[in-house]
Amino acid sequence: MEKFETITGVAAPMPLVNIDTDMIIPKVFLKSIKRTGFGVNLFDEMRYNRDGSEIPDFVLNKPAYRNAEIIVAGDNFGCGSSREHAPWAIKDFGVRCVISTSFADIFFNNCFKNGILPIVLPQDQVDALMKDAEKGENARMTVDLVNQEITSSDGEKFSFEVDAFKKHCLIEGLDDIGLTMAKEASIDTFEAEAGALRPWV
Amino acid sequence: MTAPKTLYDKIWDAHVAHEDADGTTLLYIDRHLVHEVTSAQAFEGLRLAGRKVRAPEKTIAVPDHNVPTTLDRADPATMTEESRIQVNALDTNAKEFGVHYYPVSDVRQGIVHIVGPEQGWTLPGMTVVCGDSHTATHGAFGALAHGIGTSEVEHVLATQTLIQKKSLNMKVEITGHLKPGVTAKDVTMAVIGETGTGGGTGYVIEYCGTAIQDLSMEGRMTVCNMAIEGGARAGLIAPDEKTFEYCNGRPHAPKGAQWEAALAYWKTLFTDEGAHFDKVVTLKGEDIAPSVTWGTSPEDVLPITATVPHPTDFEGGKVAAAERAIEYMGLEPGQKLTDIKIDTVFIGSCTNGRIEDLRAAAGVLKGKKIADGMRAMIVPGSGLVRAQAEEEGLAEIFKEAGFEWRMAGCSMCLAMNPDQLSEGERCAATSNRNFEGRQGYKGRTHLVSPVMAAAAAVTGYLTDIRDFA
Repeated sequence: MEKFETITGVAAPMPLVNIDTDMIIPKVFLKSIKRTGFGVNLFDEMRYNRDGSEIPDFVLNKPAYRNAEIIVAGDNFGCGSSREHAPWAIKDFGVRCVISTSFADIFFNNCFKNGILPIVLPQDQVDALMKDAEKGENARMTVDLVNQEITSSDGEKFSFEVDAFKKHCLIEGLDDIGLTMAKEASIDTFEAEAGALRPWV
Repeated sequence: MTAPKTLYDKIWDAHVAHEDADGTTLLYIDRHLVHEVTSAQAFEGLRLAGRKVRAPEKTIAVPDHNVPTTLDRADPATMTEESRIQVNALDTNAKEFGVHYYPVSDVRQGIVHIVGPEQGWTLPGMTVVCGDSHTATHGAFGALAHGIGTSEVEHVLATQTLIQKKSLNMKVEITGHLKPGVTAKDVTMAVIGETGTGGGTGYVIEYCGTAIQDLSMEGRMTVCNMAIEGGARAGLIAPDEKTFEYCNGRPHAPKGAQWEAALAYWKTLFTDEGAHFDKVVTLKGEDIAPSVTWGTSPEDVLPITATVPHPTDFEGGKVAAAERAIEYMGLEPGQKLTDIKIDTVFIGSCTNGRIEDLRAAAGVLKGKKIADGMRAMIVPGSGLVRAQAEEEGLAEIFKEAGFEWRMAGCSMCLAMNPDQLSEGERCAATSNRNFEGRQGYKGRTHLVSPVMAAAAAVTGYLTDIRDFA
């Protein structure tokens, strides 16, 4: 997994609440059996007309935000389907960090498996960063995971919380399965004990 | 004496294979359900790393999202090239890794969340996961069941565990009893209307109260199915005699002495007196009305007697979202919900595709015809549900009313197969999501119960089932 320490980049404002994973990557693109190549279809129905032309008003089509690396979003980002194609599309587009007041649980977990940092902040701080993002391409934010701090384009600092284990995995780019395999003895022991207690499972 | 525990606490504690000092836990998984859309990349990951499936005997695969539901589906030409590749990949992976498998040609094939309980794979006290958010359905058995992403699918395939932190406990109590015409679907939608789509985030919900106890297993599955729409990791209902009776005799349920041992254990699966809940929501069963969604989020739900709201009825970010939803849905604020004309009716999905749902719809449709120009389809949740409905004469009622009688699959719930809405087409659906484009590009979805969907098919409008004769 790609490591995440510090990124500095343009943040795209997406104030809409309840942005669901069907919006992030519509189901017609779920038929691939790969993990890459979804970026071009990120937010497809909001981003393109049916003939494939771009909808100019959509934030990621505006010149200032075409290379956004951060999204500042409304409440409950990533709700709905468990499709990991959503974070795959976000990552493939080039976004490494999403900031919101809240995230849906499965999407939040999926982000960490793919080198994306979802950050939860209180409403007033998300509002301030949304305003900053609305300034366009000159408004570059810095997200520093090591020190758990966001710096807005005018130098204002916001600290954020992150689970210590998830932070460690992101910074080191660790593979979860490898980590768990190292604890295989615990799983063997559990399986033997549970199998004796609940043999019908 | 140990502290009183919730049902969730008990199931969690029984599955901790390893716990770090910070609470990061390896949770052992008893059943892993797999479908074609979210598993190909996970199996490929195993192959690339030279890993095996740790517990193929606890892993069950079935194609459902992509499969056509037309009667001629044995013909490969009914599937797009991409869908065929995905279904074929599941075929190959199931065989290569040796997991249980129900191919499209098997009468037991169906929606993964209907097949699991039907075959007795899902049992009380288990941990159940699947790369699908509606895994919450299995919570109806008092199993801890939730959706996971593809990376986690690969993790469970390789290790039979998940890296987890424990959620908080939330109690949703429905007191009293439901009134006639009000169903499990209305209960679960009313709860989301109360809590919002983010109200359950960070929690596992236990549904309880007399109105929940009154529900059949099918109804309980409907309630738990939409726990995810309220943001919860999982929904649970304590097992009781109805649960045990449902499980007894299923192909993969324990038998003989093992059944007795299992039963004794299952009877310990309830929330202890005095156990702590971090959040409590209580609704009166009598206050719940037949419900319908007007917008593009499951929280946009109202009693059928209401009118389309005005964006100014809301606050904060929800004002813009309501404006957008009303425009997308082609509605006017103040419009009566019963004045909304319907083009299409879809009855099916993991929310409402079980035999009881079909019986309820048939009860409404018996001797009736669908409205002129109405497109109506019934998609049973599994091949066995379909066979049973035919045996009970329900299929004849549907066909005589003018419904298409389909083969089993997810179908128009998410429209990954050819069953889709066209631009602007308005559908009364028994499924679980009314998101923009969910049932087809620019399609418009109103979520309702099976009886409300059936009534809408006949009248051509969203209809209060209580006024339907």
